[in-house]
Amino acid sequence: MKKILEGSHAIAEAVRLVKPEVISAYPITPQTHIVERLAEMVADGDLDSEYICVESEFSALSACLGASAAGSRVYSATSSQGLLFMAEVCFNVAGMRQPVVMSIANRAVSAPLSIWNDQQDSICLRDSGWIQLYAEDVQETLDLHLIAYRVAEDHKVLLPVFVCFDGFIISHTYEPVDIPDEKDVKAYLPAYVPVNKLDADDPLSMGMYATPEYYMEFRYENDQAMTRSLDVFKQAGKEFKDLFGRDYSELIEEYRLSDAKIAIIAMGSVCGTIKDAIDVMRAQGREVGLLKIRAYRPFPAEDIKKALSGIKKIGVLEKNISLGSRMKGAVGLEIKDALDDSSVSVLSYVAGLGGRDIRIEDVIKMTDAIEAGNGDCFFGLREELI
Amino acid sequence: MADRSLELEDCGHRACGGCGPALAARLILKGAGERSIICASTGCMEVFSTPYPQTAWKVPWIHSLFQNTAAVASGVEAALKRQGRDEHVLCICGDGATFDIGVLCISGAFERGHNITYICYDNEAYMNTGIQRSGATPFDANTTTSPAGKLSHGNSRPKKDMPQILAAHGAPYVATCSIAYPNDIIRKVERAVKTDGPCYIQIHTPCCTGWGFDGAKTIELGKLAIETGLWVNFEIVNGKTEKVKKVKRKPVEEYLRAQKRFAHLFKPSVNTEEIAKIQAIADANAEKYGIDLKI
Ligand SMILES: Cc1ncc(C[n+]2csc(CCOP(=O)(O)OP(=O)(O)O)c2C)c(N)n1
Ligand code: SF4
Ligand SMILES: [Mg+2]
Repeated sequence: MKKILEGSHAIAEAVRLVKPEVISAYPITPQTHIVERLAEMVADGDLDSEYICVESEFSALSACLGASAAGSRVYSATSSQGLLFMAEVCFNVAGMRQPVVMSIANRAVSAPLSIWNDQQDSICLRDSGWIQLYAEDVQETLDLHLIAYRVAEDHKVLLPVFVCFDGFIISHTYEPVDIPDEKDVKAYLPAYVPVNKLDADDPLSMGMYATPEYYMEFRYENDQAMTRSLDVFKQAGKEFKDLFGRDYSELIEEYRLSDAKIAIIAMGSVCGTIKDAIDVMRAQGREVGLLKIRAYRPFPAEDIKKALSGIKKIGVLEKNISLGSRMKGAVGLEIKDALDDSSVSVLSYVAGLGGRDIRIEDVIKMTDAIEAGNGDCFFGLREELI
Repeated sequence: MADRSLELEDCGHRACGGCGPALAARLILKGAGERSIICASTGCMEVFSTPYPQTAWKVPWIHSLFQNTAAVASGVEAALKRQGRDEHVLCICGDGATFDIGVLCISGAFERGHNITYICYDNEAYMNTGIQRSGATPFDANTTTSPAGKLSHGNSRPKKDMPQILAAHGAPYVATCSIAYPNDIIRKVERAVKTDGPCYIQIHTPCCTGWGFDGAKTIELGKLAIETGLWVNFEIVNGKTEKVKKVKRKPVEEYLRAQKRFAHLFKPSVNTEEIAKIQAIADANAEKYGIDLKI
């Protein structure tokens, strides 16, 4: 069914379709509309979930961990300060292999305090063991939530997932969205079957401590599961296409890339702007294309290498900054590693931090810089303030 | 009535000989029974009972972090409720996890009214990390972060009153007990498990390694704490204090002399001034709870 919905409400619809047994979250801008809508759904009987209205994000994710360990499908949502407050629990959830799915309304991290968008928050948790998916628009955000549960709960994976989408730009924007049919979602996403759970009829201990003889293998298993999730996602994406018509069979998406000489790489909503900029530049005869990255973890390095073969000039638009790193952006480093080819120029452009607008003109200017070989820098700084 | 022969804490764990918390674990499970799910915090008990791949727990058990046990338990309880299951959720956490770093999560869980039993095994310091003070450390105790020295008599603050803090949350059942009185622990845990809503039990669990006494004397130490009035066993039922254990009080000096953590109060000479302050704490306890046996 097509509806015009605010991003946050579309996500709440996805959660309603997924039917988590336990929900626990704590309000923070720009995620708040999601948890408010879910509370309404529970209050009206439209969603049969235990909604634990906690006193902090730290408890929100901890409660999700407990509920998941007891065998329930769970859901949470947060942003920025809230996500960092959860950081310790994030590592724990992944280490305990609980398939928690959490919406991340990407927002800058204080100080200075900013409620506006960049992707620093989720990027900070790169090594926490969570799968990280990034959506471009409201429809993709909704769809990725359904796929996220499929991947997380797959017994070959059993890892938690962040579904990331840009705060305000997606969370507060109204777009027409196709809301999948409940019956189809049920077929696509069967009930969660835990491999093991807390159960008095079959007691087991979870979260034991590991001496040096055992710890490394746990991390190894985590990494193996992350790698396996690449194919599991593709399969889940393919089946999604068969049922719902929208194609998520790849962890990357190309836009006018096959014949391009210059590639721009990005994650999230800015990809829409970049596509428009590319259309403008293509009309002027410039051979430029986009590689959109849908998953930052696991990083689809092989697919990216294939998609970029033959392209010598690459620019990565980064909504994050790894302070003190030469290249500056966290995604660029991965691209360089994926290509492993010194004849290709890969440059990072840190842009849009703290909600600064990125417009078509900016993308065109960035393309000029990529072409000229100038990069690994902040982009769009107000020189008069420095 | 609880089956007192039930053994759900297995032998072969790695606690020090004479460990008070290890004894408490065994007694708690006798009171809680087989339909229990245990949530644990980081600390001595977690470490001595679950070195992967071995576990001493014959009931389902989960450890997440040092400070989030009450929140994890909230989630377990919510899931059980949603699934229509009958197990009871218990937290078993150290005093550091309870009095200090976990207060946020505990307060939230109690305010939300989850049906959980939160048990603090109180060995009065962070033992797992090498005997550092906590909010439960008694006045003047020597710990590695409250050392006695030229300018210090040890821990400078009295013990935080956690039972009253949780009673003030509206907990239907709050109780204190001691490993010196095993049947009392079993009875109180059983009562908490059968009470609807969030219940709190604080168990005095002498720690031979951290307090400095012979592990054969754990029960004796527990008794002395009660007999001097430095630990009071009571129950608070729906906000009303009931069933206080009465004693014929001994001077606190007897309890203090038995432990190395108070040795500085007796060297090079007896520090009567400081000991008088500790006696005053016991006297205040006696007054507040009416523990003195009138013969
Ligand atoms: C966030 C965090 N801070 C510090 C620690 C280190 N730590 C582990 S156990 C512990 C003390 C535990 O004290 P308590 O709860 O009293 O249990 P005990 O060891 O005395 O039984 C500390 C400080 C930790 N694991 N996590
Ligand atoms: S240090 Fe104390 S609490 Fe820890 S195992 Fe030894 S006796 Fe028990
Ligand atoms: Mg302790």
